[in-house]
Amino acid sequence: MSLIKQNPPTYMLQVASALGERPAFSVGKAVRVLVRFPVGHYRVPIYLRGKKGIVESIIAAPAVDNETEGFGHNAGSKLHYYRIAIPMSEIWKDYVGSTADSVRIEVYETWLKEDLT
Amino acid sequence: MKSHSHDHDHTHHHPHAEIIEVAKPGYYEIMETAVRELLFEKNLITPNEIRRQIEVLDSRTPALGAGVVAHAWVDPAFKARLLADGRKGCEELGISFYDDTQLIVLENTKHVHNLIVCTLCSCYPRPVLGLPPDWYKLKPFRARAIYEPRAVLAEFGTYIPDDVEIRVSDSTAIVRYLVLPMRPAGTDAFTEEQLAALVTRDAMIGVVPALSVTAEPAP
Repeated sequence: MSLIKQNPPTYMLQVASALGERPAFSVGKAVRVLVRFPVGHYRVPIYLRGKKGIVESIIAAPAVDNETEGFGHNAGSKLHYYRIAIPMSEIWKDYVGSTADSVRIEVYETWLKEDLT
Repeated sequence: MKSHSHDHDHTHHHPHAEIIEVAKPGYYEIMETAVRELLFEKNLITPNEIRRQIEVLDSRTPALGAGVVAHAWVDPAFKARLLADGRKGCEELGISFYDDTQLIVLENTKHVHNLIVCTLCSCYPRPVLGLPPDWYKLKPFRARAIYEPRAVLAEFGTYIPDDVEIRVSDSTAIVRYLVLPMRPAGTDAFTEEQLAALVTRDAMIGVVPALSVTAEPAP
């Protein structure tokens, strides 16, 4: 099967992704937001870094890494955003409210790792 | 009245501010002007396209979102489609997403209350609600909504019982959120238009419920 169309315009080249752009994490998976502090404006709030959550849903239509593209680099393959549920008590030790309360936020695949704890 | 000298010299002060722009444009303002003019010169975009886009932005109001909510209340099949894909649901009603964002519609129930915030800046479902209110963009709301949502909601007069779960959706990247408030009691006989009148901007951000039918009418 050829993934390259006949005489496509250069911007339409269909390149096969090594991983088929399949999501790396499934719904219900425990994940941890990576702790790193690149210089510049990044879309993962500081309060979230290092926190553990659960994948609530996989956001449809994979997307290129906006942050890489935003800083002028070619982001390559598309990856997924995940809607993550993180308990308020995981983020704020002195949180006042129900233990069921949570933050929901979309996080790009490059910021997540599977949590095995 | 004491006579007022009008032989203007350069030290004369008017008793009122003149309506003129006196501040010099800042670094980013100048950069924006330069990039825009380059884009015009290269015929990549036209001044009329910019003007038109501003017109589109200004045409969006919470009335659009209220129409979506009211339609979801009266049409369960539409509501299911809207919750599955918020953007497609709104597009069914003719609302375009000029900013190419996705939309997740969050349903409030007896067990779950949703609140939206953008802790990083001011991401907001502009295609369906228009421009955000000033308080939504200011740091006190952005910091506190994520840290003490129950206290913030109480300041809006919204008291959420402890057995109701609060979900704060922090909108920071490609997705925008719209809260689908609970349909008020006593509205079974209401038309879709009457229902839409109960859905305010703040209810779709999640800081208040939809208007109750016994509430005082708006002044």
